[in-house]
Amino acid sequence: MLGKTAGGIYWMFRFLERSENTARLIEAGFRIALTRSKDPASEWKSVLTTAGVLGQYDMKYDSYTGAHALDFLLRDTDNPSSVLSSIENARTNARMVRTALTTEVWEAVNESWMALKAALKSPVTETKLPAVLAEIRRQTALVRGAVHGTMLRNDIFDFTQIGIALERADNTARIIDVKYYTLLPSASYVGSALDNVQWETILRSVSAHRSFRWLNNDDISPATIADFLIFDSRFPRSLSFCSRLLEDNLGYLAKDYKFRMPCHDMIDAQRERLRNLDISSVFDEGLHHFITSFIRENNALGLQIEQDYRFVG
Amino acid sequence: MTSDRQYFDEMLSGADKVREPYSDYEKWFIQEDVLRLSKKAKEAEAFFRRTGITFNVYGQAAAQERLIPFDLIPRIIANREWAKLSKGIEQRVRGINAFLYDIYHRQEILRAGIVPVELIAQNEAFLPQMIGVSPPGGIYTHIVGTDIVRTGEDDFFVLEDNARTPSGVSYMLENRETMLQMFPELFSQIKVQPVSDYPKNLRRSLAACAPPNCQGKPCVAVLTPGIHNSAYFEHSFLADQMGVELVEGHDLQVVDGRIAMRTTEGFKVIDVLYRRVDDEYLDPLNFNPSSMLGVPGIMDVYRAGNITIANAPGTGIADDKAIYSYMPDIIEFYTGEKAILKNVETYRCSDPDSLKYVLDNLADLVVKEVHGSGGYGMLVGPAASKKELATFAAKLRKSPSNYIAQPTLSLSTVPIFTKKGLAPRHVDLRPFALVSPNSMDITPGGLTRVALKAGSLVVNSSQGGGTKDTWVLED
Repeated sequence: MLGKTAGGIYWMFRFLERSENTARLIEAGFRIALTRSKDPASEWKSVLTTAGVLGQYDMKYDSYTGAHALDFLLRDTDNPSSVLSSIENARTNARMVRTALTTEVWEAVNESWMALKAALKSPVTETKLPAVLAEIRRQTALVRGAVHGTMLRNDIFDFTQIGIALERADNTARIIDVKYYTLLPSASYVGSALDNVQWETILRSVSAHRSFRWLNNDDISPATIADFLIFDSRFPRSLSFCSRLLEDNLGYLAKDYKFRMPCHDMIDAQRERLRNLDISSVFDEGLHHFITSFIRENNALGLQIEQDYRFVG
Repeated sequence: MTSDRQYFDEMLSGADKVREPYSDYEKWFIQEDVLRLSKKAKEAEAFFRRTGITFNVYGQAAAQERLIPFDLIPRIIANREWAKLSKGIEQRVRGINAFLYDIYHRQEILRAGIVPVELIAQNEAFLPQMIGVSPPGGIYTHIVGTDIVRTGEDDFFVLEDNARTPSGVSYMLENRETMLQMFPELFSQIKVQPVSDYPKNLRRSLAACAPPNCQGKPCVAVLTPGIHNSAYFEHSFLADQMGVELVEGHDLQVVDGRIAMRTTEGFKVIDVLYRRVDDEYLDPLNFNPSSMLGVPGIMDVYRAGNITIANAPGTGIADDKAIYSYMPDIIEFYTGEKAILKNVETYRCSDPDSLKYVLDNLADLVVKEVHGSGGYGMLVGPAASKKELATFAAKLRKSPSNYIAQPTLSLSTVPIFTKKGLAPRHVDLRPFALVSPNSMDITPGGLTRVALKAGSLVVNSSQGGGTKDTWVLED
């Protein structure tokens, strides 16, 4: 397949994943700001930070209000990571690589784009927000369903998974990065209601507040949450899960093409590191240090993949 | 437009008289519920939008992607009518290929004084870079769209030749798919010749034109200027349907004297490139140096016989509207036969007597730019205001050789579906021919374009025209 096509597929699925992640962050932020927080402004600021768009937001607005943050995250085309920009980018990439997609996938992404453009045409009020967020989730799920149900399991599919895995790992890591202080063991000594709220926010941002309880018997502590987000390979948004998804799909490419690339050494090293660590050694190393180096390596891996598979000339 | 003018309607030849090719369709139609059909028309539009069958209009930022309106009444052609048309097209396309070969080699036709030398020598569409170059199989135009209009029962005229890069074939295919989905029962009652083999035939035809240096199974690819091009949908559609890669200039480079595409597994050699990028942008080293759409050095690879470019560079000369006026002589010169399809009478404004005639009768004529296409820059005299006529006359006087003029043809009409029932609208027809060294394949029918505005004679999609499914009946 063309290097450009591989790149288009990869970015299409990164952007789709991003639109869904942004919606999830908004959902968690909105809920906390609404129900628990005495300081909604700092809640929205932290959502904007996690989405990686605080700098752009600050250039536009002076204060952190729900209305501004919502608009910026959902529909501002000046924000390259807003839901609207993401779906627009996903669809543009899909159009570019249309010959590599099944009709069902193309139609699903084209319909998502039409539906979300309509849903985000005017500012989204608080009343309408739940319905809009549900629509975003539904549309991205339709694309994902079409991918799993109709695409050949070949190199094209591998690149869809690689895009998803990298974007998702980055998202989960950034959620941890922004809230790391609430996950430090020292935080449990405080044991205040505030921390519980923060923990809930974290779990909601990855849509795992229910599954976490099922898996951990309601043993909610910084260590169990961090362990869950980083190491639990059953949880599809954990760093470990994403890392394995990358290892698998890069592995299929190597097998298919019959050659290994530098990115394979990088993912092997990442897998090795995660296997040799557990949550207490992460805390010994320093959670913040661990997370920032993970983000850095994850980005480097993405760039290496782009180069190894000739996304650009 | 004068309203008392009589036009040939292809469906209804009198108040209640249905022409023969339409008789079965009409029987079906009168039993149909208008409301059901209205609903079907809406369904078709939603279908086109969902599947992304759109085109981009240049200079319209807000409405970047538009649909070409689709009308659900088919345009129907009898098999015997088609037999004559396809024979005429085949002859014309053979003539054009022979003309192109000659014009870039010995130029016999100029020596014989059939076509004036200055028409070639001073023509931008004539590429000196192609002189002496023999494309693989001797074919210059592999994919041809011949625009045909009808004015009466047996009166067909070629309006223009599109030997360079004819577009619209994806609409021909999608229109049929849409009709099959909407009215399956029609196709079991009426036997219509299929068009769906086109992509398969295109791939086979292109592969048959592979350069002599090609080893093994020829690798075919489609070259597009990119997603912002007005015909991008068609480029991706054809690549997809043929099962070949859709490439852009920056995916390609010269590797060991061949053109290769950058893939995830390294560089892969391309043997036949169906390019939808204009000559001028094809190779920044040989043509427009600022082009970002082309492949530096591709012309050198081409001249060395290491790639087939379809259609060949320099074929645009055959589309020139001044050359068009010589086409019947050109065909006779190379085929030894009289042209089967007639030309529309054409006044070359470069000729002083013709220019005078054109200026005196501007309100009755259609005037076109010699190099123009897409309905841009043309004047439809009978539809123009006094002011428009005056402005155009000034342009004509300034550079007469830039223009040709033709009488306003009484284009045939075919009804379209409206809420108030059937309404006649003017149509044209673009059949598509595929040329390979040993065969020519003409898809039965082609693309029917229809002017949706009552009385309008301009059918171009960029000017508000729509399309219809085109049926050639089985015998």
